[in-house]
Amino acid sequence: MALKVELVSPEKVLWSGEATQVVGRTLDGDIAFLPGHAPFIGALDIAALRIWPVGHDEHSGVKAAVHGGFVEVSDDVVTILSDVAELAEDIDLERAKSAYERAGEILATNHADAEALAALKRAQTRLGILDYAYAP
Amino acid sequence: MAGGQERILRRRIKSIEATKKITRAMELIAASRIVKAQARVAAAKPYSEKVTSVISHLAAGGAGLDHPLLRRPEEVSTVAYVVVAADRGLCGGYNTNVLRSVERAIAADRQAGRDYRLLLSGKKARSYFAFRDFDIHADFQGYSDQPAYEDARRLARVATDLYEKGEVQEVRLAYTRFISMGVQEVEVAQFMPLETPETAHEEGEVPALYEFEPNPTVILEHLLPRYADARLFAAMLEASASEHAARQRAMKAATDNAEELKTTLSRIMNRARQDAITTEIMEIVGGSEALSHDQHDLVSDDLLADTIEGHLVELF
Repeated sequence: MALKVELVSPEKVLWSGEATQVVGRTLDGDIAFLPGHAPFIGALDIAALRIWPVGHDEHSGVKAAVHGGFVEVSDDVVTILSDVAELAEDIDLERAKSAYERAGEILATNHADAEALAALKRAQTRLGILDYAYAP
Repeated sequence: MAGGQERILRRRIKSIEATKKITRAMELIAASRIVKAQARVAAAKPYSEKVTSVISHLAAGGAGLDHPLLRRPEEVSTVAYVVVAADRGLCGGYNTNVLRSVERAIAADRQAGRDYRLLLSGKKARSYFAFRDFDIHADFQGYSDQPAYEDARRLARVATDLYEKGEVQEVRLAYTRFISMGVQEVEVAQFMPLETPETAHEEGEVPALYEFEPNPTVILEHLLPRYADARLFAAMLEASASEHAARQRAMKAATDNAEELKTTLSRIMNRARQDAITTEIMEIVGGSEALSHDQHDLVSDDLLADTIEGHLVELF
């Protein structure tokens, strides 16, 4: 038994295949899906998404930065919809770093800038996926 | 003189040949882009289909359907038009068709006492309405060849903003639907309030009982703007495929026309050349004849024949 997983962005299907486990984060917190999960619809937060494709071990797998979106699970089919999502290999490290710094500078003067907060969160997610140390 | 006409024709044929090369190249480029554009339409389908199915599941799961984007206004006093046209011309009636339809719709609205707002996509849409002194609320351009999701989102945001603020009570979307390579059709359809997908389930299918996180209404609130984005994006992609198809047809017609013009002009040019030659022979013959009459005794017929021959050799 395996999950059928599809990671879909508006322009194309980013990843699809069979997996043993999917972990993401909804607005309420982290959630993991295993085969046999109850039908579920959730709104995703800006966070990393991990997929363990069939035949991969604990430490490898697919990682993607999902900047908001939705997840639907039914009949062992997991569909992740996100208007902005990127697989780990597509993330531009330099851009993420500079975005992180820029957001930090804005927040140093204005703590409640919603846009900068979101930008910081996106940059942290990207950097986190690439295993860069960052201050949460 | 006749020789002058020949030169003018030769120049025209050359310029037509050059034009033909350009239109032929544009035709081939457009043809290859249609295929890509169609692939993009197909690649964007899964997302919008899934979003639609999630919305219907949410509705079945008891999400509150009183979201501003779904609410039907009691009275429509202002209509916003989202118009998707091209950045470039040279595509036959593609731009004019969609722009005229919108103009007609606006005229009808005015008769009914309704105001309008124009949200334009494409350089040609802007120049068309600006020239006719229409009030343009917002316009975007520079991507009609290959619209990105971000482009659709920017435009959709302006439309949702207007609608949610109540500045307009209806939003219509005008674009060219791509039905097949040969058939594209202008469509002016309702965009907002959003039509919720049918919640009806296929027969025999038991609707799954979903768990929701955080809850159906919050999810729907996040989802509906994206549904609007996805719809506009799909329309833009189809419009772009239609644009390339229209351009390919227009350029094929232009190439064929150039070919035909070239044939006709070469024929006229050849006739002009023939005429010039005939006239010249006649002049030579006439001249020699006159000479031989004057000095019939001195010049033999042989010499006359030699003179004509000499001139003919010179001519050809």
